[in-house]
Amino acid sequence: MKRYSAFAVFREGLRYQAGWERAWRSPDPKPAYDVVIVGAGGHGLATAYYLGRNFGITNVAVLEKGWLGGGNTGRNTTIIRSNYLQDPSAAIYEKARSLYETMSQDLNMNVMFSPRGVMMLAQTEHEKRGYLRTAHANAYQGVKTEFITPDRVRKLCPIINIDGPRYPVLGALWQERGGTARHDAVAWAYARACSNMGIDIIQQCEVTAVRRENGRVRGVETSKGTIDCAKLALIVAGHSGVLAEMAGFRLPIESVALQALVSEPIKPCMDVVVMANTVHGYMSQSDKGEMVIGGGADGFNNYTQRGSFHHIEETVRALVETFPMISRLKMLRQWGGIVDMTGDRSPILSKTPLTGCYVNCGWGTGGFKSIPGSGWAMAELVANDAPGPLAAAFGLERFREGRFIDESVAAGVAH
Amino acid sequence: MSTRIPNKGRFLNRAAPVSFSFNGRTYGGYQGDTLASALLANDLMLVGRSFKYHRPRGIVASGAEEPNALVNLGQGARFEPNQRTTTTELFEGLTARSQNHWPSLEFDVGAVNGLFSRFFSAGFYYKTFMFPRWAWKHLFEPVIRQSAGLGQVPDPDLKDADTYEHFHAFCDVLVIGGGVAGLQSALAAGEAGARVILLEQTAHWGGRAPVDGVEINGKPAEIWINNAVECLENMANVTIVRRCMGAGVYDHGYALGYERLSDHDPTVKGPRHRLWRIRAAQIIAATGAIERPLAFAGNDIPGVMLASAVRDYLENWGVMVGQRTVIVTNNDDAYRTALALKRAGGAVPAVLDARNHVTSPLAEEVRALGIPVLEGRAIARVKGGKRVRGVGVCLQNSAGAAQEEIKCDCIAMSGGWSPVVHLWSHCGGKLLWDAAQSCFRPDPSRPPLGADGKGFVKTAGAASGEFDTNSTLQDADKAGKNAVKEVGITPTGKSAPKAPQPEQAPLQPVWIMPDKATVDLRMKMWLDYQNDVKVTDVQLAAKEGYESVEHTKRYTTLGMATDQGKLSNINGLAVLSDALGRPVPQVGTTTFRPPYTPISFGAIAGEARGDIFQPLKTTPMQVWHEENGADWEPVGQWRRPYCYRRSGETRDLAVIREVKATRSGIGLLDASTLGKIMVRGPDAGRFLDMLYTNMMSSLKPGRCRYGLMCSENGFLMDDGVVARLDETTFLCHTTTGGADRIHAHMEEWLQTEWWDWQVYTANLTEQFAQIGVVGPKARAVLEKLGGLDVGRDALPFMAWREGVLAGFDVRLYRISFSGELSYEIAVPAGQGRALWDLIWDAGQEFGITPYGTEALHVMRAEKGFIMIGDETDGTVIPQDLGLNWAISRKKPDYIGKRAQQRSFMQNPARWKLVGLETPDGSVLPDGAYALAEGTNENGQRAMQGRVTSTYYSPTLGRGIALGLVLHGPDRMGEELEFGLLDQSTRIARIVDPVFYDKDGEKQNV
Amino acid sequence: MLILECPYCGVKADETELHPGGEAHLKRFGPESSDEEFEAYLFERKNRKGVHFERWRHVYGCGKWFHAARATDTLEVFGTYSAQTNAPPDDLIKKIKQKRPDFGGYE
Repeated sequence: MKRYSAFAVFREGLRYQAGWERAWRSPDPKPAYDVVIVGAGGHGLATAYYLGRNFGITNVAVLEKGWLGGGNTGRNTTIIRSNYLQDPSAAIYEKARSLYETMSQDLNMNVMFSPRGVMMLAQTEHEKRGYLRTAHANAYQGVKTEFITPDRVRKLCPIINIDGPRYPVLGALWQERGGTARHDAVAWAYARACSNMGIDIIQQCEVTAVRRENGRVRGVETSKGTIDCAKLALIVAGHSGVLAEMAGFRLPIESVALQALVSEPIKPCMDVVVMANTVHGYMSQSDKGEMVIGGGADGFNNYTQRGSFHHIEETVRALVETFPMISRLKMLRQWGGIVDMTGDRSPILSKTPLTGCYVNCGWGTGGFKSIPGSGWAMAELVANDAPGPLAAAFGLERFREGRFIDESVAAGVAH
Repeated sequence: MSTRIPNKGRFLNRAAPVSFSFNGRTYGGYQGDTLASALLANDLMLVGRSFKYHRPRGIVASGAEEPNALVNLGQGARFEPNQRTTTTELFEGLTARSQNHWPSLEFDVGAVNGLFSRFFSAGFYYKTFMFPRWAWKHLFEPVIRQSAGLGQVPDPDLKDADTYEHFHAFCDVLVIGGGVAGLQSALAAGEAGARVILLEQTAHWGGRAPVDGVEINGKPAEIWINNAVECLENMANVTIVRRCMGAGVYDHGYALGYERLSDHDPTVKGPRHRLWRIRAAQIIAATGAIERPLAFAGNDIPGVMLASAVRDYLENWGVMVGQRTVIVTNNDDAYRTALALKRAGGAVPAVLDARNHVTSPLAEEVRALGIPVLEGRAIARVKGGKRVRGVGVCLQNSAGAAQEEIKCDCIAMSGGWSPVVHLWSHCGGKLLWDAAQSCFRPDPSRPPLGADGKGFVKTAGAASGEFDTNSTLQDADKAGKNAVKEVGITPTGKSAPKAPQPEQAPLQPVWIMPDKATVDLRMKMWLDYQNDVKVTDVQLAAKEGYESVEHTKRYTTLGMATDQGKLSNINGLAVLSDALGRPVPQVGTTTFRPPYTPISFGAIAGEARGDIFQPLKTTPMQVWHEENGADWEPVGQWRRPYCYRRSGETRDLAVIREVKATRSGIGLLDASTLGKIMVRGPDAGRFLDMLYTNMMSSLKPGRCRYGLMCSENGFLMDDGVVARLDETTFLCHTTTGGADRIHAHMEEWLQTEWWDWQVYTANLTEQFAQIGVVGPKARAVLEKLGGLDVGRDALPFMAWREGVLAGFDVRLYRISFSGELSYEIAVPAGQGRALWDLIWDAGQEFGITPYGTEALHVMRAEKGFIMIGDETDGTVIPQDLGLNWAISRKKPDYIGKRAQQRSFMQNPARWKLVGLETPDGSVLPDGAYALAEGTNENGQRAMQGRVTSTYYSPTLGRGIALGLVLHGPDRMGEELEFGLLDQSTRIARIVDPVFYDKDGEKQNV
Repeated sequence: MLILECPYCGVKADETELHPGGEAHLKRFGPESSDEEFEAYLFERKNRKGVHFERWRHVYGCGKWFHAARATDTLEVFGTYSAQTNAPPDDLIKKIKQKRPDFGGYE
């Protein structure tokens, strides 16, 4: 693999870009692999990458029914933060955030991680107390956050209407080292690094059945033939239930549509990410200048990647109220993705009733920010057939034990 | 030189001149102009700069597909960035400024990017700017952000001066597009009697037909159009709306119309935009087609325009864009532009046709006018910088060596037409590749599916891929008739109008020009004008493995600009298909997403802003609170007084005063927001036994009982006092935020699990006002008001009575959330304020003091009462809170009981409720955690508890707190270390959670 | 933006009038059940891509809960029916099988 660098860009510019190589290979599947990962989204690719990097396991195939990064990795609002309340969440999201900080250098591709800061507005007394609690928890979880005053909110983001008639801003939970990254590039960077290690990424390859033998996984049937494997990792946000059914078990998951939208681009006016959970909306400005907006998820099972317009309406209404200046901007595009919602709205990284089969799913609306941490922890789980400390709390057994990881007290609806 | 000519311009009212300003200079136009046509009439060819290279940009199209000519429109509170000049109607005093340049449009420093464009290829930024690590955030990103973006930022301190509104509409057939196809579809549906809504995005009916000089039923199209519009206007079952774009099609026949009511004339009163939320049984997209540019070197220089746009400006607005216009095409349609220009007195030095032998009637007509038709030719490159000066001509089948040069100041190009399939595709309609016309068109066998599993969208006319007028009318007529059949209405027997069907020579697909162009040329062929995506960028993406059309789009940004690829997508994917050696249909398209063109956030938000952003619930005493200094706190959709501030008083001091007054005398509380749900029926007791953790069926009429409600998952979700009204009736009080939720919870269980139980519920929350009269002097005040016996024996603690108080029929509860002698008086909501006033007056001699939510919270915390949402957060079970006394052991089942048997719920190491006191009397910080020894496996500090509520207690004169602590109740007197935000610590001692009147004597007097 | 016909009041209700209630026909397990049964009841979901039986409440209407059979891949609605039943009606199952021959029944 040729390294990306300013020099390479200059050299290729001089020779009409003639020397660039494929970012990733496009191999045919081999008959068998040590590990097959279903799903070449950010989480699947990151898992493959850390299997190779941390455990030297590179006889790995990542199967993708469409195009890599084409699911929620390429459909989210790119927010990265780790100011979670509960210890296990804070640990895995902070791991992810710290890996994002060096991702461009580690993977030799600029994923444009922009630690511009994330603020979550407190707009009721109850929400304020919730964020104060999170700030206290974060202070001892190794997550740097602070609770800031309305004045500071205004300084950091002058376009916020602090004194809204219904929900004045009482303060905010501020994570200075949170931010955004270029979502597609994250998938591409992992894919390129995986491919370079010899891991096969096989696109347009749909898994149609999971082959089992004596309670163990044997392999998968795919649109490109049978592939054997010793271990199988299902990392298919939005389709986890479908794959689980193939593997013979059910998950505590419902798949619903989550929508986002962008405005037409304008010059820079917002240097931070703002989340307003009381009114259900969040917004940041992309490097292109678009206001990137997200809101709440639909409440019913849906695999169409289309959501209901009234959620868009609700979100836009909330944000026009919070940022009155956007009233005369225009919505350029809206879209939807399918997210897995678990029983406690926290993810699942777990062994399954089928030996040798592992799941990573249920990230709900918080998947993008967790990609590197999720991949790191999942690789550990798959390689060792046992969860490490990052994944330990996220096992399926928690639903039987009643041991939930509930972020709703601090996270509200939005991620 | 672009000029206005006489005798043309069907939209102009030359009797009404209009002046406007562009970049600070004043120009003239006419009523009926768009800003684009007025700019062209004033020879303003350079109107903007591109996104990445800051290249000079001129107007290229005449409608919604325009990628280049976007301006900062208006001023102050009516300022709007990125407004398309081609869809902006001119009005007197319009002000516009061009975008994305510094210091000026003519001289833009950012254009230096263009000089380095060979280094700034597709996705170059993914390959560099990585070192040093800090530099992305602090150096590269700020520069990139500043240079990107387009429009100027609206002033954040100004509030939008306009208003917006929503319409809800319902119809059998929604027709989107008011060209001849849309009109004919609407006629066919309307004449059959269907309820029809017809939307047209521009101010004019009829679309392109009049521009193209088409005849319908033997007469000029305009006559048929006017007649059709008149017919539709006269049909009571038909609604027609101009300046209203069909923005999106959603599931189950939902569609959005975006009507611009005053953008064309700010003096129009009323809302600026109206969002139509339409439910239609059938939708017909008669959305026409968009002409494709051709990819030749320099095709982005101002003066290179779509051939149809050149014709539009001439016919509709009387603007001759070029004195000498070269036509370049791969199809017959562009010849119409040559004819129109020549007949209007313009010069057309040549038609360059990529096809080798062109003998169609249109071509012959052009030749007959003396215009040279150069066959098999292409543009090698365009001469000029900020405007076209000429073209180098080469063979299409060549590498691009120019054979001759033709001087010209305008180039009219046509690469064929693409149906506007957006609305068909929004909700899942599939496309097929029409090889003959080189375009994607709707596949009628795979339409978007509605609620009944049948197709609910049809296309009509050019949107179906029917490009000549006669086929368009036939297709539209069929669409209208089929649509009404689908809704059970018989269509009329009338046949569609007729139009001549001129013979046309087939189009030849041309995706780059010339077809063996060298890389030097290809890197100057623009596909996406706004985002600066060129042929070489798409080819590079393919080479680097970004093979999926979505990868290419995202890697190159092709089609991601504000026009969403209306001009660039098909050309881009054809180039990609060529680079990959795969046929176009196999490469596929990117997904079409709403809206068709951008719609304002204001319109989406509608009327709901400011005070009516969300519904506001008010109690009967709301006005009184406002008049008496209420400092509001939002609680659900209510607002409750947090406290009542006297002049000069801080919030904290007000709360202290309110608590002291209540504890020592008498306080007055508006408790109307508390949920009140009546549960009645023979099985009501049995039902409440399932709903609450305690036994409610044993409650005696006339008595009250505090109850806890859990979710099926075991967690405490609400609490409140239940009063038994009679044998079969209970009144359940809930928290303020819980009323609707708990009522829904009850209904869910009743309707879906125990549907054979004889119980019904009613949420009476807003039917009653409830007034808390609280404090040692409460009884005296009520006695003064006269009526019901409120004495200790007649109305003991936790009892209620119905009767007359001060002349009002009331229900009087002897319950206390403060620990004081306390009554809650319920009256019908309409009498609440009158009773409140009477109590207020009667209480004056006792020093009656209104108190708000914060004093309420402080007093309940002093008593160790839990508050849902403070002591609970969805992870807490009643057993954690020492509330075992409220959990019946006799009942075999209640909602949440099974869940509470799970191992983690039974774990003795769960944190439990205690009181906390600091040695120095200071107030513990809200949300602080109690530190334990060591760290967990993830290196996080171990914890052993947390603060759930913390207040300054005016009664005790020091801080008090409630918290959940590991083995807390067994550790009375032990000291804990709480971690503060700055990593310092604060000591607090574990104490009993009841800080005040431990034996409950005061509430029981 | 779904439309579902409320089987009680007959109104073709817009999604904004309705409240979704998740998978239909869950059998409640109480204090006598095993951990596995209780977990399955509370959390495990079919979550099918295809025919799906679910609960809705006509919350801004008649207030009644009802059931719907709906395709999660196309949003086609096969029918709505009473909430007061433990299984979908036979004629609805028949109708779905006609439309989707590969439909294997609601279990």
